[in-house]
Amino acid sequence: MSQLPDLICPAGSLPALKAAVDNGADAVYLGYKNDTNARNFAGLNFDAKTMAEGIRYARAKGREVLLAINTFAQAGRVADWQKAVDAAVDQGVDAIILADVGLLDYARNRHPQQRLHLSVQGSATSYEAINFCQREFGVRRAVLPRVLTLAQVEHVIKNTTVEIEVFGFGSLCVMNEGRCWLSSYACGESPNTVGACSPAKYVKWDKQPGAMETRLNGVLIDRFGDDEPAGYPTLCKGRFEVQGETYYALEEPTSLNVLPILPEIIKIGVRAIKVEGRQRSPAYVTQVTRTLRAALDSLRDGSERFHVKPAWQAELAKVSEGSQATLGAYNRPWR
Amino acid sequence: MNANFTIPKFRLPAFVASLGHKLPQWPHALALVAGLNAALKMKLLPERELELLEDKLFRVRINDTGGEASYTYRDGMFRPVFRPTREPDLAFAANLSAYLQLLARQEDPDTLFFNRELEITGDTELGLIVKNMLDAVEWPRLPRLPLASH
Ligand code: SF4
Repeated sequence: MSQLPDLICPAGSLPALKAAVDNGADAVYLGYKNDTNARNFAGLNFDAKTMAEGIRYARAKGREVLLAINTFAQAGRVADWQKAVDAAVDQGVDAIILADVGLLDYARNRHPQQRLHLSVQGSATSYEAINFCQREFGVRRAVLPRVLTLAQVEHVIKNTTVEIEVFGFGSLCVMNEGRCWLSSYACGESPNTVGACSPAKYVKWDKQPGAMETRLNGVLIDRFGDDEPAGYPTLCKGRFEVQGETYYALEEPTSLNVLPILPEIIKIGVRAIKVEGRQRSPAYVTQVTRTLRAALDSLRDGSERFHVKPAWQAELAKVSEGSQATLGAYNRPWR
Repeated sequence: MNANFTIPKFRLPAFVASLGHKLPQWPHALALVAGLNAALKMKLLPERELELLEDKLFRVRINDTGGEASYTYRDGMFRPVFRPTREPDLAFAANLSAYLQLLARQEDPDTLFFNRELEITGDTELGLIVKNMLDAVEWPRLPRLPLASH
């Protein structure tokens, strides 16, 4: 049995950070209150003061704090991103999660001692790309995009000494992570430019008799009947008319959940499992962290006896988008 | 709040709702506003985000009691609005149990939203600001807030 992977949980606020730490996260990841991170939503994230308190809280319980600066430096404002890196180093975070190659280069040269992780937004799906980042920028861990099958993840791990982190639970971002511009198509803004897919100011929930309509900058994304579960207002999870039929042409509102394949993930040597959801509340962080902690701990002494408890699945299904979960790309037959 | 105490999902019978409609609306509004102002006084709410609430009209509707409260934020205080003359900027509608679960941090608003137990209409960005603001609050003793007793 390989070593248990670290459980990496999201923190959009101080109470969420504490919830993650209290419920068994090995590390939390967070971001600054600005567009240097990919969850740049009003009222979310940390300033220097709350971050200092968060770091103190996590450290006191022996947990790590990872800071995501995972958007791409925009032309004319590169200094803003560099300043964020400097500030993170000053605050003493355990690692900085970066996506922008220019920023990786900056961090490596300016702060050679700082541990760097390659963000999922860096979109490295092959060991060649990951080893390049190791050679050039000293990257110690890479977060894999949610597009690889389990066999492909294993192939990457066999061919690199960089630690590999994969997503274990959360909303799915299905399309070529780090490269998706669908949101820009409707409203001119997308994750890599402003740090948010479907920024809230363009989103409209419209209650009609018997249904609720979701629009992004006027574009109708979906219409939910009163008893139908809902999802986030992203274009990839909209219902579209394709050749006369209206359906979820790209992806249904659903969340990724790897519980059923947890033993395999551990066996192939995944170093860390990440939970998505910095935009979610402390209640979600509590529920998901607690559940995954219990599942991981049950594997501590050998995976042979691993059962996915119905209570775990029920807890995770409840907080899922569209109230349903999938194994995503991990078990897709095609590549 | 005792961590082992969980609020079950429940729905009050329809006759309670029809009763609620006949009652004056001001007690709800006053209780809600008193709770929010108590949080203000304890400096629990971040100033930067509060500014964004200035003059916005909010409506909270409790489906299964038929209760409804409108309020606004002006000059550093939350104030009840007894006879709103326009559509709210942001409106919430849910059963009482859903609100209690939210207040106790037992359920996440996105979860309730996905499951269609919480309805949010109006200005989505404002909704996000309010949600994130309340999430970031470190409630010192939740049960003591006037809000939690209603
Ligand atoms: S549209 Fe979907 S796939 Fe594209 S960035 Fe948004 S969530 Fe991800």
